[in-house]
Amino acid sequence: MTTERGETHDHSVDPVTGTTTTGHVWDGISELNTPLPRWWLWTFYLTIVWSVAYWIVYPAWPLAQGYTKGLFGWQSREAIVTDLAALQAQRAAFGGRLAEAPLADVAKDEQLFAFARAQGKAAFGDNCAPCHGAGGGGGKGFPNLNDDDWLWGGKLEDIQTTIRHGIRWTADDQTRIGTMPAFGRDGVLKRPEVNAVASYVRTLSGLQPAAGADLALGAKVYSDNCAACHGDKGEGKQELGSPNLSDPIWLYGSDVVAIADGVWNGRGQAMPAWSGRLDETTIKALTVYVHSLGGGAR
Amino acid sequence: MAHTVPTKQMTTSEMGLAIVAAVFALFALVVAAKAHTPEYAFHAAIFAIAAGASVFAIANRYFDRPAMLPPQEIDGRPNYNMGPVKFATLASLFWGIAGFTVGLVIALQLAWPALNLGLPWTSFGRLRPLHTSAVIFAFGGNVLLATSFYVVQRTSRVRLAGDLAPWFVVLGYNLFIVVAGTGYVLGITQGKEYAEPEWYADLFLTVVWVVYLLVFLATLMKRKEPHIYVANWFYLAFIVTIAVLHLGNNATVPVSVFSPKSYIVWAGVQDAMVQWWYGHNAVGFFLTAGFLAIMYYFIPKRANRPVYSYRLSIIHFWALIFLYIWAGPHHLHYTALPDWAQTLGMTFSVMLWMPSWGGMINGLMTLSGAWDKLRTDPVLRMMVVSVAFYGMSTFEGPLMSVKAVNSLSHYTDWTIGHVHSGALGWVGYVSFGAIYCLVPWLWNRREMYSLRLVNWHFWISTLGIVLYISAMWVSGILQGLMWRAYTALGFLEYSFIETVEAMHPFYVIRALGGLLFLAGALIMVVNVWRTIAGAGEAASEPAAIPALVPAE
Repeated sequence: MTTERGETHDHSVDPVTGTTTTGHVWDGISELNTPLPRWWLWTFYLTIVWSVAYWIVYPAWPLAQGYTKGLFGWQSREAIVTDLAALQAQRAAFGGRLAEAPLADVAKDEQLFAFARAQGKAAFGDNCAPCHGAGGGGGKGFPNLNDDDWLWGGKLEDIQTTIRHGIRWTADDQTRIGTMPAFGRDGVLKRPEVNAVASYVRTLSGLQPAAGADLALGAKVYSDNCAACHGDKGEGKQELGSPNLSDPIWLYGSDVVAIADGVWNGRGQAMPAWSGRLDETTIKALTVYVHSLGGGAR
Repeated sequence: MAHTVPTKQMTTSEMGLAIVAAVFALFALVVAAKAHTPEYAFHAAIFAIAAGASVFAIANRYFDRPAMLPPQEIDGRPNYNMGPVKFATLASLFWGIAGFTVGLVIALQLAWPALNLGLPWTSFGRLRPLHTSAVIFAFGGNVLLATSFYVVQRTSRVRLAGDLAPWFVVLGYNLFIVVAGTGYVLGITQGKEYAEPEWYADLFLTVVWVVYLLVFLATLMKRKEPHIYVANWFYLAFIVTIAVLHLGNNATVPVSVFSPKSYIVWAGVQDAMVQWWYGHNAVGFFLTAGFLAIMYYFIPKRANRPVYSYRLSIIHFWALIFLYIWAGPHHLHYTALPDWAQTLGMTFSVMLWMPSWGGMINGLMTLSGAWDKLRTDPVLRMMVVSVAFYGMSTFEGPLMSVKAVNSLSHYTDWTIGHVHSGALGWVGYVSFGAIYCLVPWLWNRREMYSLRLVNWHFWISTLGIVLYISAMWVSGILQGLMWRAYTALGFLEYSFIETVEAMHPFYVIRALGGLLFLAGALIMVVNVWRTIAGAGEAASEPAAIPALVPAE
């Protein structure tokens, strides 16, 4: 039989498989009359049955108002509340005590101290590590928290205040404020004076000044402009956040160029205030953790 | 044929398209002049140039062509229109190399962030959509255009419908790609994954896509075969559904005709739902249905065997297209999406497993009686391995859609690994196989220039895929486990930055895998170039496929 479009029904048998073809050929391609594979069909049915069962047990189909709630009224919102409650319960033994304990007493109880350090480490990793490094090692412009060189003080209370209110974080009215002025850019000092004082500052910590540096000029510039904040011998003042210039720790580098850059342009790195973003107990834990990193002061 | 020489006249479509293009060119010039941003002015200028060039090309063709348009048949045989097919085939090679290269660059950026170069144009955020669009829509899209226009003609035994329309489709589609891709680099995006182009590019694509649908349908309507071949069902499902998805997910209100910026009409979680209804079905209908169509033609053709089961092809086709459209919510497990929608997304994904595998069974079992060819024919081997990858990733997909699994896998590299086992293994390999078949057929060559090079391509890129996906599996599961690890005291064991550090070695391995995949594709480009150039072709040998009469 041949139709208008040249249809023929030649159900020839494929010699390889012994199966008949459908009789249609397209560009030389024919199709076998193979039935559906049994395992395929039954697995398909099984997934359908499983799905229907799942719909009965769990919320599944929207209705004109609301949706089918499922046999047990399971809700993902309740599930997360339950999970969080379980987590709180796990932390409860120490969490409540940490909230209550005075900051100074946390380290006196070995188990509470371990708990506070664990909570502090987790909070540090997700909030502080992006700037201060995963181990608190710091980087250029971001203080190392493992050493005992503290810009704003290394006692527990000092660290807690810094975390709560930040540094130069103007949105917080109790933030720590202290600014290294831009002596060069603002026209207070000339370039030769800046270069001279940069070399002089190096000598405060026993470093070599630049060759041919005018140290006498540097010393004069220092005592006129710098000593008020950094101290006569460069020992720094924590109440102003002014760095100690007589030790070998340099936040922005110790070479003449880096120091001169600081004198010329000033410095003023900010740290956010975490009060309000982290709860008081977490800040307490962070304080204990940072204090315990190695450099905490008594 | 004894008839009088007809006088040459401009056809309605030549005249109409030339006028529309001329008006559009003027309009685009006005927009370019008044554009709010230089980037948008640049795009308007591209449209103006393209429209102007179209007017010129139409006029030029009119003066060059004989009075009669190409006949539908010559000596009783269909006069196939292969020009647009050739163009799309070559375009797919170009975009493939571009897309794989950008993929390698962003893989290296993830391993070594300094490679972002600190420039906005080369940052990961802009290059990532460039990569995904280049491989999915530019490479994959051109493969689909080329093969669909080829297959629908051959299996309907008629010339492609339309005179200028098929060229408008392939050229217009590639113009869309250029506008979309340059837009990403210049920072124009609507921020929807896999649907980043802004409103004007979307509108233009809509026009192109509707013409594509009309050309395809009109060709099917005038077919000389009594039935529509299974590959064409899949192509049609792909074209229709992509049109619907594209319109639904890009329902935006532009700020002004002079601004690239627009606002989506959907809000909040509904926008997320529409986005993943679109996103998942871009996978389902673009990367699955479309490429299954390729498989249904090129595997039986290359293996010279009948399709394994007609019945299976019907059942799995309808089951696949009915179920796929529901599965999108599994991208939004454990989010603000209502629980019931998450349940439906998950269960429909699980029910999708067997309908997906129907295609794999039909692809693999078609080889019955021809398995020996896998030893000797690397092209067939490539396509069969692609079906194996298809089977693997369509098992992995339903598995990952189960909420308990998803709670570990979501947002991790496991997802990236899953996508790439489908993208590199399935879509990539079935496309390469189709290109290796098409190029000799289109350019009347007996076979590819070198099957040894095809073999090299196969093994180098297979190694690349294995490195890629195994690195991402390990990295993804490691990442998921690290994220959920708690200490005995009830605190997260790892900070996010520690998990990033742990990913580094796997990112290096992944980049190496990508490099190998790119190297394989470059071998293919050389092979295609040598084949088209006619290298190694003995002049006296007859072509295996009846010579195609040039269309124009």
